[in-house]
Amino acid sequence: MNPPIPAHGLADAAMIAAIIVFATAGDVLIAAAMRGIGDFDEIRERSGMGGAIAAVLGNARFLFGVFFMALSFFALLFALSHADLSLVAPASASLTFVTNAVAAKIFLKENVDRRRWIAALFVCAGVALISL
Amino acid sequence: MTFRRYLVLAVVALTAPLGDTLLSLGMKRVGPVSLNHLSTLVHAIGTPDILLGIALLICFFASYLASLSWADLTFVLPATSIGNVIVALLARFWLNEEISPWRWLGILLITAGVGFVTRGPSYTEVKSACPVTGTEMSQP
Repeated sequence: MNPPIPAHGLADAAMIAAIIVFATAGDVLIAAAMRGIGDFDEIRERSGMGGAIAAVLGNARFLFGVFFMALSFFALLFALSHADLSLVAPASASLTFVTNAVAAKIFLKENVDRRRWIAALFVCAGVALISL
Repeated sequence: MTFRRYLVLAVVALTAPLGDTLLSLGMKRVGPVSLNHLSTLVHAIGTPDILLGIALLICFFASYLASLSWADLTFVLPATSIGNVIVALLARFWLNEEISPWRWLGILLITAGVGFVTRGPSYTEVKSACPVTGTEMSQP
């Protein structure tokens, strides 16, 4: 019979899952916003820095993305004050690469070919190992 | 991809891990935060480590936004993960920290992953409606 999962293990997993879900939602929404706005450098040449900033700040998807990024940031601060950095940092940082690749393929219709999957998995494993 | 764009990716790569490291140092100094005293998180923002960490993360965010306007999310994220390798190498050769064989393996995997993704195209040409809102998307 398998030993029961300790309560703090479930709490750690929940905190890490919250960071990953919020970070992925934020990344995808912000990427969708910037893709919709277009090349930032061209907008800056056309409308100046003020026009470029206004284009970004006036975008609803960008604002929702920042909201989810902020949730992810506070979830990270909260998790770091409870769980070990050596667990939270590698787990959340590495798994976010994979969830972002899945979300970008589904929601942003990005061409996530074999090359990008391999890169995401290599970086995911590498970030986990380097943070231990 | 121009030299200037690679420079923007380099700023994304370096500021994110350095900012995160400063945040973790700052939160270790603040100590555990209770659910009943969430205001401690607001006070934590005023400490020097976390302030500097936030400044670096603002730089990261500005360059990250610029990069996402001309490259895919699945290109920018793996490509900029090389920052983790640079920080690890700085720790080894500047701070003389020991790097375990597992960390060297991690450095190798990240470098290989960055090599894979940067040899491919950086942007997906999309002609259809934007998948998130259904509105027409601009062309690169």
